[in-house]
Amino acid sequence: MNALYLAFAYLRYHWARSLVLILVAGLIIFVPVATRILLSTSERALVARGQATPLLLGSRGSRLDLTMAALYFSDERPDPVPMREVEAVWDSGLAIPIPVHTAFSSGGFRIVGTTLDYFDFRDLTLRDGRGLSVLGDAVIGADVAEALGKTVGDTLVSAPENLFDLDGVYPLEMPIVGVLAPTNSPDDRAIFVDIKTAWVIQGIGHGHEDVVTASDIASGSAALANAAVVQYQRITPDNIESFHFHGSQDDYPASAVIVVPNDTRSATILKGRYLDSAAPAQLIEPAAVIQGLVDRIFRIKSLLDVVTAIIAVAACAAVGLALFLSYRLRAREISTAVKLGARRGMVLRLLAAETVTLLLISGGIAASGALVVSRNAGAWVGWLLALGA
Amino acid sequence: MIQIENLTFEYGAGGFRLRIPEFALGYRDRVAIVGPSGSGKTTLLNLIAGLLTADTGRIAVAGTEVSALSDAARRRFRAAQIGFVFQDFALLDYLSARQNILYPYRITPALTLDDAARDRTETLAAACGIADKLERHPSALSQGEQQRVAICRALVTQPKLILSDEATGNLDPESKARILDLLFAQASEVGAAVLAVTHDHELLPRFERVLDFAQFREGTAT
Repeated sequence: MNALYLAFAYLRYHWARSLVLILVAGLIIFVPVATRILLSTSERALVARGQATPLLLGSRGSRLDLTMAALYFSDERPDPVPMREVEAVWDSGLAIPIPVHTAFSSGGFRIVGTTLDYFDFRDLTLRDGRGLSVLGDAVIGADVAEALGKTVGDTLVSAPENLFDLDGVYPLEMPIVGVLAPTNSPDDRAIFVDIKTAWVIQGIGHGHEDVVTASDIASGSAALANAAVVQYQRITPDNIESFHFHGSQDDYPASAVIVVPNDTRSATILKGRYLDSAAPAQLIEPAAVIQGLVDRIFRIKSLLDVVTAIIAVAACAAVGLALFLSYRLRAREISTAVKLGARRGMVLRLLAAETVTLLLISGGIAASGALVVSRNAGAWVGWLLALGA
Repeated sequence: MIQIENLTFEYGAGGFRLRIPEFALGYRDRVAIVGPSGSGKTTLLNLIAGLLTADTGRIAVAGTEVSALSDAARRRFRAAQIGFVFQDFALLDYLSARQNILYPYRITPALTLDDAARDRTETLAAACGIADKLERHPSALSQGEQQRVAICRALVTQPKLILSDEATGNLDPESKARILDLLFAQASEVGAAVLAVTHDHELLPRFERVLDFAQFREGTAT
């Protein structure tokens, strides 16, 4: 008790030195612990998202790009997969296909065109408003709502892909009809629309004034469609009937298709159908792709561990030197204590109490920091993953 | 109070050698030890306090034969029976004056810090004129005030013997006399004898007896 009393008095009096030692020791403890927490949370988040997505169908190409685009809505743009592949899965009766179209963005967030099955599949719930029901509706993730300051009743405009391409993608204004509850997943940073709305943005579907009017028919004038025909950039109750799609829906694109098989047998049969490497589509297991990525990250982490260990050893040596020099400077105090009747062991106990007090405070600070990291790791990792995407 | 008989002590083979055939100090005596540097004055204080062990001979303090005690018993004896005053005050910079005075209670289980000890701190501080400076750290005290704190620390345990090693060596001439008088007065209050090493011959008339160490020296000590 007395040793602790004196130790605390010493540390308090030499507060600047103590503070530096506490911060250094605290960082030595905190950095590896926080890194480990964040990495394991990242691993869990990555793997969980992968494991929650049984199969992924897409055009043959980079499996990682396909996975990142479909699961994390990254900037990667895998070659589109035609909707006939979705129909093929439906027709097989082996699985439920959920197309995702992630080619466009708004306000820096990816627009995800999909079907209502996606919301059930990801177990997404609404915090405000309602779900998608009409062409042009948008439901936004919690982070999108916070970052853009948008809520139900506001609108979003899709980013034009090319301002100078008159035949290209024009912006579409979309009313926000719902805001999702936060999930600490990439869904928080996505703008969900019906996949048909994504096709409208892409220009496959559109709405415009009638080219042939009743007066034209009455007067027998020839109908002429040209640039003077007004194209709608917002879908409203008044003009929704004029929206239509050209071409065969079988050819309409999706970025990827999430495939939810009925059972293991169905999954095996489906996987067998896409084994042919010459086939234009591939069916992959995102969990395996993500695990490969995580393994790679953790190989890098091993290197990081070595670097952290080297820094920790150097910092420990510096702290040890500081304590050793401090003890040498206190040789006179030790001599006085012995003369006044203290055991040499008491003096060592006093010095040990100081070191332990320092370490306890450092440990406490590091533990508090680790607790904060641990409590927020899910959100931070979600944000980091979205940032990476 | 102190009985020394046939004491010999040697720092290493062929080094400085101290030999005191006989020396006695009574209760409440005030004895000055003088002598050239290296004559063994501080060595004698350390032998009496049990910090060094004599090669031969006998040292008894307040009826206890120090040279016959175990290490642990010597520490307990030192903590309870002897007060030290050093030339450099040996105060701890990180403790307040009050905490410095009570420091002996913090470092040895031989002493129990109780209300009586705390009351004695107040009384001694008032007697030494530092009652209003008890919460200050040594760096905020003058040298004279620091030595007063050191005197309070030496006396707070109510020792039987005060060993003073150049206690006034760092003070100005006026303060030297005042501090020495204060030490004597407070030692009298607790009934302690004072054995003081000094180089200051102007102070010698204040002592009852002067022990010239040149007579005991054989070889050279530090």
